Amino acid sequence: MATYQLNVNGQSKRVDVDPSTPLLWVLREELKMTGTKYGCGISACGACTVHLDGIATRSCVVPVSLIGDRPIVTIEAMANDTIGRVVQEAWLDKDVVQCGYCQSGQIMSAVALLKATPKPTDTNIEESMGGNLCRCATYVRIREAIKSAAQQLK
Amino acid sequence: MLPRRKSIVRVLVSLIVPLSLMISFQSASPAGNAARGISDNVADGLAAWQQVYSVLTSPRCINCHTATNYPQQGDDRHRHFANVVRGPAGRGVPGLNCVSCHQEANADSTGVPGGHNWHLAPLSMRWQDANDQLLSSALVCRALIDRSKNSGLDGPALLKHHTEEALVLWAWNPGRRPDGSLRSVPPLSHAEFVAATRNWIAAGTPCPAEK
Repeated sequence: MATYQLNVNGQSKRVDVDPSTPLLWVLREELKMTGTKYGCGISACGACTVHLDGIATRSCVVPVSLIGDRPIVTIEAMANDTIGRVVQEAWLDKDVVQCGYCQSGQIMSAVALLKATPKPTDTNIEESMGGNLCRCATYVRIREAIKSAAQQLK
Repeated sequence: MLPRRKSIVRVLVSLIVPLSLMISFQSASPAGNAARGISDNVADGLAAWQQVYSVLTSPRCINCHTATNYPQQGDDRHRHFANVVRGPAGRGVPGLNCVSCHQEANADSTGVPGGHNWHLAPLSMRWQDANDQLLSSALVCRALIDRSKNSGLDGPALLKHHTEEALVLWAWNPGRRPDGSLRSVPPLSHAEFVAATRNWIAAGTPCPAEK
């Protein structure tokens, strides 16, 4: 076990965990922040996506020992993020969600895309969202919602 | 022996003996030694290059020297999973960057390899064709010494790259696979690889003549 001081959504959080523990389980089990989902555990589905130092990151494969002092931002902070809020509103407006399990990861990747590429093309969207799987196949609505958010953000 | 034959033999001997003397003299001369030395030097350089090539084309190196829009993974060099793409700078795309998973060090508990500044080699340094087949030794060699393709590296800079670059060094410390087994490493040790590079550069970076 080791002690880590993490910056999560702007707050300092202290955790005592095994260094090999993936960030996902630190968030869910230690900090009880269950908005970030466990999907595959091998970074193949994107459900566990958070932002690590501003970069969309698969929290299921990143051991807590490799995080350092980089800020972590999760889905719980998106309502207070300028782009995150617009994306969430677009998600509601386009009725994107079906079962909803993958959607926090989808939104975190979409926000990362829009922060770097304010006017994404279809190719931008397909490539950036290609690592986020949705078993309900809401892909068309996800693309519409990202375009809608981009329009509102211009 | 007939007189005519005798005269022919005499003529041949008169030609061959001085010629063979000339040849033996020439090969014993400083110029001949120099020529042979250069030839040996090139041969040594080409042998060293083949050692370098054996490393460059090992999976730990070539999986990120693709000609395609995606990296590869595994010893069978299959396409990287999760729809990972190259992106404009070889670092993936927003939302799906290389560093979305690959951190500054190997994550042995989750089986994800990592190292500083994880990224794909530029397309100018592709060592495969568009069908994921290895390029020949000659083509890789010529690309590697072409400063318009290799980020302007001269011989000493190439040696430094092979000696110190974090992702080059990673190839000999590639960590564990998700199943806990160790990833394979290149066929030479890093010290042997650096020595081969040094010898190849000292010989003038000769490349095989084949296409």
